[in-house]
Amino acid sequence: MAFFRSHVLVCVDPECLARGAHDVIDALQDELVDQGLIDEIQVLETSRIGGCEDGPEMIVYPEGVHYVGFNADDVPFIVEEHFLKGRIVEKFREMPKVVVDEELGPLRPKEVRIVLKNCGYIDPTNIEDYLAVDGYQALGKALFEMTPEQVIEEVKNSGLRGRGGAGFPAGRKWDLTRQVNDFPKYMVCNADEGDPGAFMNRRVLEGDPHSVLEGMIIGAYAVGASYGYVYCRAEYPIAVETFNIAIAQAREFGFLGENILGTDFSFDLEVRVGAGAFVCGEETALIASIMGLRGEPSPRPPFPSVKGVWGKPTNNNNVETYSNVPQIILKGAPWYASMGTERSKGTKTFAVGGNVKKPGLIEVPMGITLREIIFDVAGGMHEGRHFKAVQTGGPMGGCLTEQHLDLPLDYEALTQAGSMMGSGGLVIMDETSCMVDIARFFMDFTQAESCGKCTPCRVGTRRLLELLQKICEGFGEDGDIEKLEELCEEITKNSLCGLGQGAPNPVVSTLKHFRHEYEAHIYEKRCPSKVCRPLIRFEITDPACTGCTVCARNCPVEAISGERRQLHHIDQETCIRCGICVQVCNFNAITVE
Amino acid sequence: MTAPSTERDIPALVRAAIEKHGAKRDALIPILSEVNLALGYIPGEAFKEVRKQLHDPTEGVFVAESQLHALASFYDMLATKPRGEHVIKFCENAPCHVVGGKAVWDTLREKLSLKNGETTPDGKWTLVTTSCIGLCSVGPVVLVDEDLYGNVTPEQIGDILGRYE
Ligand SMILES: Cc1cc2nc3c(=O)[nH]c(=O)nc-3n(C[C@H](O)[C@H](O)[C@H](O)COP(=O)(O)O)c2cc1C
Ligand code: SF4
Ligand code: SF4
Ligand code: SF4
Ligand code: FES
Ligand code: FES
Repeated sequence: MAFFRSHVLVCVDPECLARGAHDVIDALQDELVDQGLIDEIQVLETSRIGGCEDGPEMIVYPEGVHYVGFNADDVPFIVEEHFLKGRIVEKFREMPKVVVDEELGPLRPKEVRIVLKNCGYIDPTNIEDYLAVDGYQALGKALFEMTPEQVIEEVKNSGLRGRGGAGFPAGRKWDLTRQVNDFPKYMVCNADEGDPGAFMNRRVLEGDPHSVLEGMIIGAYAVGASYGYVYCRAEYPIAVETFNIAIAQAREFGFLGENILGTDFSFDLEVRVGAGAFVCGEETALIASIMGLRGEPSPRPPFPSVKGVWGKPTNNNNVETYSNVPQIILKGAPWYASMGTERSKGTKTFAVGGNVKKPGLIEVPMGITLREIIFDVAGGMHEGRHFKAVQTGGPMGGCLTEQHLDLPLDYEALTQAGSMMGSGGLVIMDETSCMVDIARFFMDFTQAESCGKCTPCRVGTRRLLELLQKICEGFGEDGDIEKLEELCEEITKNSLCGLGQGAPNPVVSTLKHFRHEYEAHIYEKRCPSKVCRPLIRFEITDPACTGCTVCARNCPVEAISGERRQLHHIDQETCIRCGICVQVCNFNAITVE
Repeated sequence: MTAPSTERDIPALVRAAIEKHGAKRDALIPILSEVNLALGYIPGEAFKEVRKQLHDPTEGVFVAESQLHALASFYDMLATKPRGEHVIKFCENAPCHVVGGKAVWDTLREKLSLKNGETTPDGKWTLVTTSCIGLCSVGPVVLVDEDLYGNVTPEQIGDILGRYE
């Protein structure tokens, strides 16, 4: 038998044939004969290998390189490059479904961009681009025209509050750190952004690192710090790389290091990369991690402003908090304070995810309503679907419903509604999401991320999770809801840090707004949203099924049987309830009960 | 990519990592991460080597091996077990979950016959969940080694895995 070192699979489905797949095959054969490769490389016909939009398509094995959009005339070139020289022809290579920048398109309705204004418009790896948009002018103004006290006063008057979750006024925090008479002092930038669904900080670090850096340097001048750390999660390698480039360039231009801009103010900093622990976003844990320890939270007080990194006064702010600072210094506090609500000024970035038409990153003025965000900024719900709930504040936040859609968003309003601002992740859900399942999901997360230092959080979250799992699996019993409620109260009251204190929020809020869903799971053994697998079954219905066999061929566990053009049948014992059959059936013949 | 065990020179690797990050207490996490990145996990020998090489009486840095293990057990990314040739990371967080992540996750587990954290007997695949990688707007997200796949559907899993055959 001949041994082929390579196989070329060419698609001969109608679409590809229409685009000249046969000519491609002929050209391939000819060229392989000409090059003396015909005994080493085998050409095979196949079907459906790609997206069908950009045929002809072929895949070369063993490398698995997928070529699209070429024609017979390109074949000699491809053969020479790929098979003789061993080089992949990038021009025709079908990029794996790599992520495109759907996050940040042009300005959407109702958006106001301050933090994101440069993202996507300047080259983040070139400091001159930043300088061209007034970059580092605020630093100059602060150093030459303002005393540290005046800088703090300006930030205070702007009303800027911490964007990392709790919303502590930034100017007041700077003042606290400044007041402590103990040196050296440190600046920390919290770039740990661990909330699932939140990626605003990543985007700023990747798209406009100098704005964060400039804010930090101005802050260092204000509080009297001489060294700083940017603590970035390891899941953001590009952010780390971009930020390190920014630091190097800022040093070169004299914005960092000894005697900044010729003054006697000196400040430098470094990036620290995390190693995958959500709780390290909590500031005392983060500080422990910077010092090379396990990132376990410790009780506050003492606050980092008094005792932080290496036991010294440390000012910690979130990425977004810092990146607001340069513009506040340049344009003045009244400009910033003119946006927002009574108690929450300026803008806030949100990462909108879940079941909306246009997910992605947005920046809107404080005081906007959820309705405006979902329907005006994020394009609304998908066709035929309805808004059901939105989770704000990440895994320690809560679910809000229809009744909250017209609430003007600020820190206090969200807390009063039983959720929180958090870092700014918004997960929007339609009727296809089961709220018990979502609560279980968040609990799965917090339980896994609990550092284990204190018992209410460690044991309590595990018990909550077990109860929720039991309910989702159809084993819920009378009394479970009350047990959940008791546990939630206990965990919130007795946990040391914000993770434990906030962990029950998703359960509390879904219980409050969707109690009937819990009851349906427990008493009727039914998942109203048809999500919880043990509580649903897939069934093929009679007149609708044409017997096309598509479902049977796609079922991963061969649970579907039936003759061509005959009604098909699902074996419930084998079925793993993956839902693939529903998606592939063109006749809507498969129902979920 | 995991280096074949015959080629790896752990003492040299550790030396390079210490040189890069400094022989200080607060460099322990970066040093361990560096080893983890190079080998795919931190073998027992590497812990010993870090302790040995950092044991420098003049600098006054002392670390016990138990301290190093305590760090590795705390931080999810520091692995102490060998990983498969390809590591598949699946984002199993709510934003990806509500846009179809659940079906993708089920299909992945079925196809590979693996549970979270397991490696296939032939050492080819390791399946783990990851924390949100911030690409939720194109979820569900699957990461195979360094390759990112967004908007993944269950039907695509076969194709995606096929690329690494
Ligand atoms: C479990 C937990 C996780 C946190 N994660 C983050 C985070 O990823 N980013 C962040 O800026 N703050 C996070 N925080 C809040 C920080 O502790 C701290 O309040 C914040 O960094 C202060 O900065 P700000 O005043 O600028 O908001 C977290 C808090 C808790 C309890
Ligand atoms: S509340 Fe949870 S995460 Fe926070 S310190 Fe206690 S155990 Fe750790
Ligand atoms: S795909 Fe639909 S129509 Fe075709 S056999 Fe299956 S159930 Fe019947
Ligand atoms: S739900 Fe999945 S396992 Fe069950 S029959 Fe359909 S395709 Fe097969
Ligand atoms: S038409 Fe050829 S791959 Fe789809
Ligand atoms: S939740 Fe999956 S990438 Fe963010």
